[in-house]
Amino acid sequence: MPDVNFIVDGKQLTAPAGTLLIDACKASGIEIPAFCYYPGLSLQAACRMCVVRIEKLPKLQTACTTPVAEGMVIQTETPEIAQARKATLQLLLGNHPLDCPVCDAGGQCELQDMTFKYGAAESFYAEPKNHREEQKWSPVVYFDRPRCILCYRCIRMCGEGMDVFALGIQNRGASSIIAPNIPASESPDALAHVDCEQCGMCIDACPVGALTSGTYRYKTRPWEMNHVATVCTHCGDGCKTTLGVRATTDGTEIMRGDNRDKSGINGDFLCNKGRYAFDFANSEDRLTKPLVRQPDGVLKPVSWEVALDHVGKKLRELRDTRGGRSIGVIGGNRLTNEEAYLLQKFARTVLGTNNIDHHRTADYVTFARALAGKGARAASQRDNQTAPAILLIGGDPSNQNPLTAWNLRTDVRINRARLYVANSGEIKLRRQAKAFVQLAPFGYDAFASYLAGDDAAATGALEGGDATKLTSFRDALRAEQSLVILIGSELRGRALETLIEFGLTLPNTKFALLSDYVNSRGAADMGLLPDMLPGYVPVSAPGTFSEYNAPSAGADLKAPGFDLLETFDAAARGELSALFVVGANPVARYGVDPASLKNTFVVVQEMFLTETAALADVILPASNLYEKSGSVTNSYGDLQQVNKAGDRAGVRSDFEMIVRIADKMGAHIPSLIPFGKGLRADMGQTRGAQSGEADRHAVWLTANNLEPRVSPFDPSAILDEIQRLVPGYDLLRLQLISGNDQHLSPPADLVQIQTAAPRRDLVLPANDTLFTSGTLGRYSPMLNDLQAFESRRSEQLNQTAAD
Amino acid sequence: MPTLVSHPEEVKVISRRFGQGAAEIDRYVELDGYKAVQQAIAQGPEWIINTMKASGLRGRGGAGFPTGMKWSFVPKQSEKPKYVLVNGDESEPGTCKDHVIFLHDPHAVIEGTMIAGLAIGSKVGFIYLRGEYRYLLKIVEKAVADAYAKGYLGKNIFGHEGVDFDIVTQTGAGAYEVGEESALMESLEGKRGIPRIKPPFPAVVGLYGGPTVINNAETIAAAPHILLMGGEAYAKLGSERNGGTRLFGISGHVERPGIYELPMGYSLRKAIYEVAGGIKGGKTLKAVVPGGSSCPVLTADEIDVGLDFDQMGKAGTMLGSGGIVVLDETVSIVEFALRTIKFYQHESCGWCVPCREGTDWIKKTLQRVYDGGGSRKDVDNVQYLAENMMGRTFCPLGDAAAMPTIAFVKKFRKEFEDYIEGRRAGTPLITEQELIGAH
Repeated sequence: MPDVNFIVDGKQLTAPAGTLLIDACKASGIEIPAFCYYPGLSLQAACRMCVVRIEKLPKLQTACTTPVAEGMVIQTETPEIAQARKATLQLLLGNHPLDCPVCDAGGQCELQDMTFKYGAAESFYAEPKNHREEQKWSPVVYFDRPRCILCYRCIRMCGEGMDVFALGIQNRGASSIIAPNIPASESPDALAHVDCEQCGMCIDACPVGALTSGTYRYKTRPWEMNHVATVCTHCGDGCKTTLGVRATTDGTEIMRGDNRDKSGINGDFLCNKGRYAFDFANSEDRLTKPLVRQPDGVLKPVSWEVALDHVGKKLRELRDTRGGRSIGVIGGNRLTNEEAYLLQKFARTVLGTNNIDHHRTADYVTFARALAGKGARAASQRDNQTAPAILLIGGDPSNQNPLTAWNLRTDVRINRARLYVANSGEIKLRRQAKAFVQLAPFGYDAFASYLAGDDAAATGALEGGDATKLTSFRDALRAEQSLVILIGSELRGRALETLIEFGLTLPNTKFALLSDYVNSRGAADMGLLPDMLPGYVPVSAPGTFSEYNAPSAGADLKAPGFDLLETFDAAARGELSALFVVGANPVARYGVDPASLKNTFVVVQEMFLTETAALADVILPASNLYEKSGSVTNSYGDLQQVNKAGDRAGVRSDFEMIVRIADKMGAHIPSLIPFGKGLRADMGQTRGAQSGEADRHAVWLTANNLEPRVSPFDPSAILDEIQRLVPGYDLLRLQLISGNDQHLSPPADLVQIQTAAPRRDLVLPANDTLFTSGTLGRYSPMLNDLQAFESRRSEQLNQTAAD
Repeated sequence: MPTLVSHPEEVKVISRRFGQGAAEIDRYVELDGYKAVQQAIAQGPEWIINTMKASGLRGRGGAGFPTGMKWSFVPKQSEKPKYVLVNGDESEPGTCKDHVIFLHDPHAVIEGTMIAGLAIGSKVGFIYLRGEYRYLLKIVEKAVADAYAKGYLGKNIFGHEGVDFDIVTQTGAGAYEVGEESALMESLEGKRGIPRIKPPFPAVVGLYGGPTVINNAETIAAAPHILLMGGEAYAKLGSERNGGTRLFGISGHVERPGIYELPMGYSLRKAIYEVAGGIKGGKTLKAVVPGGSSCPVLTADEIDVGLDFDQMGKAGTMLGSGGIVVLDETVSIVEFALRTIKFYQHESCGWCVPCREGTDWIKKTLQRVYDGGGSRKDVDNVQYLAENMMGRTFCPLGDAAAMPTIAFVKKFRKEFEDYIEGRRAGTPLITEQELIGAH
């Protein structure tokens, strides 16, 4: 669109023709108030707040529906306009309960702000206000009709944004009311409910306190909380979430999760887990004291000193007597990059073992190897927002990666992107798809081969069905000039390689591999793998350990260690002297026989008494992602900073615990954590020290108060080393600290491992739904409530169907 | 059913066939029916539109937009099908003219729809009837069926190869709001009757996204007559820039209420005192609502005005839909204002703030005044509310509620104040309960 020139309040402005006046003004710093206008959603022109005066037009016009045109002359703040807005506010306040002193939105309310600005404080109505009782639509969504100003944002957010359409309008005129999709008349409990994804986007969009959140309502005031922007711990999408925290007697309590920080990778979006499922952190079941198993088998609370001393001594003794290779280490998918990196470094250089693994939820090893040296082929989450075409193979983002699903829907709706979906199930995103093929239950490998040109594979990809549909699907993909390929965890190993090879034959294709938890990707990138160091460098590659200055990095470490399953096999054979588990629950996830660990010294760093923790000799109570700082990498390779929001007396971060255990084992801590000031200040280069010049970078950092408190317990002390050693992670530290996401590029080259046998498939997708989140999810009261609510609903539906 | 009235001053064009059994297709054909449409097929779209433009016909729904011009706005080429839409959602209180057309001359609407379709290149017309006119639906549906049976509708109409036209009938569900053209289209598409954002206008993006001509039933019914008598001849019947005649529904306190077809520009005074026989029972005229309830009221000394769009506009009111409501000295304006705003409060769709909340608060305030709890400040508040609705709403319904309200409180302020202070004029109107019971 060509640019047009127009004048707003005497200022000459320029914007592309067709831009809405409200947006064009905002871009130039002129804020036009509006309740019903919401960028990206359909236009309403209902609230009449954005009225402006346009020369030559008889009436005031709504800025939200007026496209700018050449020569337009606009006034946005005249006495006439102010009066119009004031009159509208007076009408809105006429039936508004004005219960601001107790309203959740008080202090964060657009109606309050507008009233403050236009001064519609006096009321001249004598009649009583319309009142309706508050409704509980679900455990997380409450509706307070009297506060509602009928801007219809919630309806559009739910329908257009979420593709759920759970909300609508009932009645007309002054009796109009927002209504959920299960009316009281059709509900067994005779109360209205929402049958939806419980994302809470309606609450976020609500400009007033009409929609409130079940986890937060009437608990506190916005100004009583600290608001900390961090990253959601649940799925692999890596949404930014703002946690509202308040001090309590034993630390802090997280009161609220929301999406106030719309600058994040997730833009407007946050799903139910990001919004509500922080409550595991406040759980009564949290472990807050170290527990050590006594000779009588009972776990007994002890002091940190005693517990760490015991672990340190015992691990040192087992390493020295039975060798490092008799020790297994299992890390978690919700550790920060710094913790994961430290854990594998601790395992390899202090324990002296490559027996290290984690619960893999996608095959990042193959993914990294297939894309190494191929240039900028890794898709960012942000690419989903603008890509002209997307192929989604496998996965069910609507359930497992809700932000990905949101971005795809938005891209299709606003940019008319072409979405291609191939899945063995009828996933919800097929509704936005230009083309959808339903594959046979295990047809992904064959489908990848078919795409790559093997026509004979068509029969294996489809279960019966019409192969011509596959042909047109593939032809359409081949014609795409710029495609993002999103790959579910169903594709691994050879099939994943085949698919990527096919994608690389197309111009400008980018790839992403979807995974299940906040740092699933980071865990693999950071080398929680028996055969790979951080950055997918094979342990056998020459010179790989020199950076670690590891005294014990002998020939033993040149061979791959046990993977997760082999570790438990070794335990069953009695060959595993110790098992160190950090933030993982392999016993439940892999169905490990508890008896197999009876001769193994088990140390578990955990928040809860999980199935794995219950078998431990020592349990060290850990903090969670919301209680620490560091960085995480989402499925797409977008690196983000997490910030400490909550706190709990008695618990420690995994980072600190690992350092303390290493210390108790007698390890040389400065080698493990390069925490000297100079190292950090000049990004690991010793230029300043050698030349004798003042380190200007260090001077600048200090002057800007960015110099960290240098301590071996500060995870950022190891970030320098990660940035130096892990390909792709050499990103701007300042961007990270500022809370911006940065996209990793794949390594320029990798030493490719030559193995006779194909690599073993160790990927076990978590298959979480919107209302589950691994072991952690079980400790979220709100997720449990939602599961119960949903199952009651489906039972009722079944009953109705049976009737 | 109201009985038909007649008066020598009338100029019968649209009402020519009223009372002559023209709802039967054979009788309609005898009375020159379906001649105009055959002429239209022979002469082509350009001729139709030129004739309509020459006729000076302006939309009879109330807005008075020149019909020929409206038809000419429809793009000739369109990817989507084009439609003709007949607005028979006659809901403005005081108005019942379309009703008699559907009752006495349904084929004129069908023929007019076909002519509009030929003019814009559409093959489908919709006749949308007000929900409460369900009893007329049978008549219209029978007329449509008869026209199909004769081969006047359907494929190859009147034996012309490749000339097709279909008509679909539909009723509303009882919302005044869907009389607004874009809300009517929403309703017809099966959605909530809420107006659309304009532009785009219906001529470009209308029903089901296709270019659409939407006209009032009376406008459409005038088209066959105009083609038969010629545009200029029709124009001459009326006043300057207001071609032809129109149906006026004169109701209220007159001796002979009814539907009269009068030339555009006819004197309002004569319409009341001659055509309708003057004020009932020799009482004194107090006020006139000249074109349906949304038009600002005229006082007894403001009725020397010609009944056309321009003269009425100059007089500070509107010609509207031709529903003239005559009020004599017995009427309390306070009560009448309340009755009027009750209607708009009830019919507001609720989409935009000023109309939804404004009509509600005006109603509540006037109700309190009427019940005896008012103060002088309330009159100011009503005026303030109405003035702040005016021109600020999403669709014209807000204006339709604000305009009469402003006129009532401005022109009869003293009566409001007297009422508040206990000096009450007039006798109570018939109650709604009595009205319902009377049916």
